[in-house]
Amino acid sequence: MQQVPSEFKLMPEQASTMAGQVDALYFYLVGITLFFTVLIVSGIIFFAVKYRRRSPYEIPRPIAGSMKLETIWTLIPFLIAMSIFVWGAKVYFAQYRIPKDALDIYVVGKQWMWKMQHPTGQREINELHIPMGRKVRLTMTTEDVIHSFYIPDFRVKMDVVPGRYTQMWFEATKPGRYHLFCAEYCGMDHSKMRGTIVVMRPDEYQAWVSGNASQMSPVQLGEQHFQNLGCATCHLNGGRDAGGRGPQLAGIFGKPVQLETGQTVVADENYLRESILNPGAKIVAGYSAIMPTYQGQVSEEQLLQLIAYIKSLTPQGGSGTASPTPASSTSANMNVGAQASGSPSGQRR
Amino acid sequence: MSTAVIHTPAEGAAEPRTTYLNAGHTLKSWLLTLDHKRIGILYLLGVSFFFLIGGIYATLIRLELLTPQGDLVTAQTYNKLFTQHGIMMTFFFLIPSIPAVFGNFLLPIMIGAKDVAFPRLNLLSWYIYMTGALFASYAMFAGGVDTGWTFYPPYSTNYANTYVIATGLGIFIVGFSSILTGLNFIVTIHTMRAPGMTWYRLPLFVWAQYATSLIQVLGTPVLAITLLLVALERTVGVGIFDPRLGGDPVLFQHLFWFYSHPAVYIMVLPAMGVVSEIIATFSRKPIFGYKFVAFSSLAIAVFGFLVWGHHMFTSSQSVYAGMIFSLISYAVAIPSAIKVFNWTATMYRGSISYDSPMLYAMGFIGLFLIGGLTGLFLAALGLDVHVHDTYFVVAHFHYVMVGGSLLAYLGAMHYWWPKMTGRLYPEGWARFAALVVFVGFNLTFFPQFILGYLGMPRRYYTYVPEFQLLHVLSSVGASILAVGLILPAIYLLWSLKRGPIAPADPWMATGLEWRTSSPPPPENFERTPVVTWNAYEFRSKEETEVIGPMGKPDVSERK
Repeated sequence: MQQVPSEFKLMPEQASTMAGQVDALYFYLVGITLFFTVLIVSGIIFFAVKYRRRSPYEIPRPIAGSMKLETIWTLIPFLIAMSIFVWGAKVYFAQYRIPKDALDIYVVGKQWMWKMQHPTGQREINELHIPMGRKVRLTMTTEDVIHSFYIPDFRVKMDVVPGRYTQMWFEATKPGRYHLFCAEYCGMDHSKMRGTIVVMRPDEYQAWVSGNASQMSPVQLGEQHFQNLGCATCHLNGGRDAGGRGPQLAGIFGKPVQLETGQTVVADENYLRESILNPGAKIVAGYSAIMPTYQGQVSEEQLLQLIAYIKSLTPQGGSGTASPTPASSTSANMNVGAQASGSPSGQRR
Repeated sequence: MSTAVIHTPAEGAAEPRTTYLNAGHTLKSWLLTLDHKRIGILYLLGVSFFFLIGGIYATLIRLELLTPQGDLVTAQTYNKLFTQHGIMMTFFFLIPSIPAVFGNFLLPIMIGAKDVAFPRLNLLSWYIYMTGALFASYAMFAGGVDTGWTFYPPYSTNYANTYVIATGLGIFIVGFSSILTGLNFIVTIHTMRAPGMTWYRLPLFVWAQYATSLIQVLGTPVLAITLLLVALERTVGVGIFDPRLGGDPVLFQHLFWFYSHPAVYIMVLPAMGVVSEIIATFSRKPIFGYKFVAFSSLAIAVFGFLVWGHHMFTSSQSVYAGMIFSLISYAVAIPSAIKVFNWTATMYRGSISYDSPMLYAMGFIGLFLIGGLTGLFLAALGLDVHVHDTYFVVAHFHYVMVGGSLLAYLGAMHYWWPKMTGRLYPEGWARFAALVVFVGFNLTFFPQFILGYLGMPRRYYTYVPEFQLLHVLSSVGASILAVGLILPAIYLLWSLKRGPIAPADPWMATGLEWRTSSPPPPENFERTPVVTWNAYEFRSKEETEVIGPMGKPDVSERK
């Protein structure tokens, strides 16, 4: 990993759209720290010299305090603190408001490596090629313990937690090779769970992607699993109206789902995941709890591919599949994507 | 009195020369003592020993990090080193250090009492502490533990092949010592104050101890429960934290930090109390804004319970939860700022001496200031995302824990050493050591802020080569710091036999502890003092001589 110049640096590179925003806040805080440190330390030194003890038994005149001063040095720090809070929250929302129009990369962490898959099917380990100037969204989980996906030069970090999906996003602004670190202690070779983010110009990225084009995309793979695991048997398009024993999946992603309990949940990645691994947890209104669990039968990567496939389905009519990649139409999506159904009433098996 | 093993409050000091130290010479007279001062000394021996162990771990860590690749120890050993360093220093040194040593020794004297409210419980606390500490030590020497001091599941519950339960049990046990000490202090402060010792006449050290005790009593049980759940999940597979059993690994983080963030204030509040005492004595001025400093301790204790989620901004907790935790974290910064301003203002128009305790106290203010201000970086949501779990965090909490708490502990040691031992130490050496500690500390930990912002994650056994220079600086600083810590150990021990005899009040200080002899008699005072003055009312030499030491009748009549 000799990609970074070896000269002495005080700051990491600014290689994403987020880096400048975080650094601006950092400099604001460095300024505040310098101001108060200089103020207090010079005050202490000045008093220590000016009022040094001149005779061993002298007793200075006592001063009890000053309400005015107390008010000043309560209020001013409070206002400064609030300004930091607001600024910090603003940057935080920018970091965690996940954009919709982004390149979807799926990440699975495990002791002690990062496995990544591109929407076009390429798989990478500990190295991730991404295009410059395009938003990239990572959907991440782990096969074992908690990890944390950290790219210092992008100023982004997100924990990768078992049993759920976490998401992060970034947009690289400079071509180059950047460190990827695991930031959450994960056992013996935690410090070796490092990798490289390779930021390429869009045309180079396109060439890189097409250079490995023979692989199946996550959606295509998900479609295969959908077929092999028998999902297609029950999850017919049209749901119950079409004779399916489970709710229709096409078009469900991102939509609210009415549950048997009367609650409504949004069908996001974590909901789909739970519905596959623990189907009894949230039953869709109008369906019964007949779906078996797939816990232990699908790997984290297969699960991500299944979800990628479900996300790709749209309820538009015809016989077509909703899959974005044209190569993916097989009989599996016919079952699911065939009819446009009125209520995306969600899931339950 | 020389045979008195158990001292009862009713006993008077018949012989003026009887002190708590010579009131019994047998091992039994120490191990079964109910005298809070002797128990304080027992704690001093305990925490010093475990500080030494934690320091040895730190030394090995800094040696390993001299080079980017792993060479001195294996990855597994390195992981055990930083885990055990954290556990030893946090649970067995920092948390008990000032409360259990100086709190035990001084708190009853400062309020004019003969002992704590429950002397037997106090002795039991020490035995519980030693049992827990030895249990954890056993676990470490039998095989060690590699989960990090934070014990995050599912690593700690399903993956670590080390002595997780045994270590956790050691911490579980020591927690009860902390709870009982806190309870003892709260009752003591409420019920044992001498006549005239009103709340607003209490030394600020007592206020700080009171706030600390509240956290110990309210927070520690949560840690105990959390560790118990980890043990249950590890042994019988109860699904609390493991997602495969329906658990939630992030739940652990909430529970853990619910205790462990307030625990930071257990470590630093007593230090602030010490600094208030020292600044007042060596400026010969009452603490500026006494009530603000007193109540800021309580404010920190209360707000400290509401900020735990700021350790979890990247954990996948709700963005809105993160916002609330950030907001309250800034609220807790204000009382700390108030204290720093008031300490500085206390020096204004004072009579300032540069005795070694004052050097430590001034060092404390400077380093705690940086520690506190860098806390603002970490509470800033968007910035924390970048620096979370990096060396920036490591530097920040070492500025608070070492620059803050350890310097205050050393300041307290030098300030009250004459009182505790009856001997004076060589002041020149003490000032030199204070300077060495200050320089060594900054060289060790300042480069780590830069390392952290550059992106060096914490708990890394190997690292990318461009970080090496800063790591080498840090390791060099650590060796200087080590010298600064070994020096006091030498001259303080030397002073026990060879140091000049200390007078009752070597500093012209004001607290009740300076109105009794050095070292104090077993029952602290010849007669119960009657307090008619506020804390930090400095008197001239003549006045002090007229009044005489505490216990003479004229003291209580002084207006």
